[in-house]
Amino acid sequence: MKLKVNGKSRSFAGAPFKRLIEVLREDFGLTGTKEGCGEGECGACTVLVDGEPVNSCLIPVCSVEGRRIETVESLGNPGKLSPLQEAFMERGGAQCGICTPGMLMTATAWIKGGGSAAPGAIRECLAGNLCRCTGYQHIVDSVARAVKGKGGGKRR
Amino acid sequence: MRGAPETMAVLRPKSGAEAVKLYGQQTKAVPLAGGTDFMVLWNLGLLNGRTILDLSGVRDWRKIAAARTGVLVGSLATHAEIGRHPTVRAEFPLLVSACATIGAAQIQNRGTLGGNIANASPAGDTFPSLLVYEAVVRTVSPRGKRKLPISEVFAGVKRTTLGPGELIEAVELPFLDKRPSRRLFRKVGTRLAQAISKTVAAGILRLGKGGVVEDFRFALGSMAPTAVRLTEAESAVVGFKLTPAVVDEACRRLERSVSPIDDIRSTREYRLEVSRNILRSFLEGNQ
Repeated sequence: MKLKVNGKSRSFAGAPFKRLIEVLREDFGLTGTKEGCGEGECGACTVLVDGEPVNSCLIPVCSVEGRRIETVESLGNPGKLSPLQEAFMERGGAQCGICTPGMLMTATAWIKGGGSAAPGAIRECLAGNLCRCTGYQHIVDSVARAVKGKGGGKRR
Repeated sequence: MRGAPETMAVLRPKSGAEAVKLYGQQTKAVPLAGGTDFMVLWNLGLLNGRTILDLSGVRDWRKIAAARTGVLVGSLATHAEIGRHPTVRAEFPLLVSACATIGAAQIQNRGTLGGNIANASPAGDTFPSLLVYEAVVRTVSPRGKRKLPISEVFAGVKRTTLGPGELIEAVELPFLDKRPSRRLFRKVGTRLAQAISKTVAAGILRLGKGGVVEDFRFALGSMAPTAVRLTEAESAVVGFKLTPAVVDEACRRLERSVSPIDDIRSTREYRLEVSRNILRSFLEGNQ
């Protein structure tokens, strides 16, 4: 099976019903994506498929063959963070960090899609990503900052 | 126990015709569309050993096409795609509102209209809107094609009237003849996002000359084993002016069409009272 992950072509020869999150973490070593609830409530496992946020814990890998998959590893690295990641650092958008990769991916799609910096709109866009540490305000501030900076999710 | 992928057999059709052929041969297979409900139970290890009919390769069933008489929504169109479609937005706003309340973005980007109908949850949030718009479900099986009014698709909790090997290929939304004067979509859950409905309502109403109601359609979800039209309440209203007595009678009749239960999300009494209040404010025009 051929998969497109973070701009690279990858092949996978395991069980076709293996979940996307496990293929990413175990087969491709992309452990940035976290599993939280395993039932599509918490959004920790969010990745982008063809640019749209989805829960990778609810997706058998066979159903995304040939689709464009992006994980948090596509955004930046410790040497060169994406503007959104920088905004999270500056505004305290991350505490324990488990929800952060999912938050970053949902917000990346929001910014790329021309989403606004209005706090209410950002809260709605992030409704499928739960955080138990921050109380959300710092996350909303971080995303708003990135939107205003026209940063986008990608490294510049 | 967890989901064990090596126990699963996967059929991967590349077209609608191939899907029908494979499903006809293996009617015990589980058709998988967005998987947003199936995968939750699978993750708990409750569905190991099944054969899956993976519909992700059936591109022809993803399309949404506007025609002269209505919109044809492919069964595999996602809630997000339906909510973005310009003709659906212009003509079927109750369906757009419903699609926007299903889970959050991640679920709306995967869940499909056909998958939700086939799954037949009593709490399916699009169903009251589909009932109000009198949607028609197009199916296909080795025995041929069928068109079923949405009201005839649901047979009970998580049960449909679809036969062995029968798949949903599209949902027809016929345009309304005339614009409604009022419309309503209202979902009541524990919180605004990511909640399963305690009750969910959709309605349209059209007033004619002298304030006489010419058309009134109202449907509820999470209030019975299937989503239901309130036919009794509707007949108390159509052909009459919206006097306090008529509104009272419609609210009294609501109970005749539903059978809400006490469960983890709500109580029978709460569901009834909130639903009656939603119906009353809609009829009184102060939503």
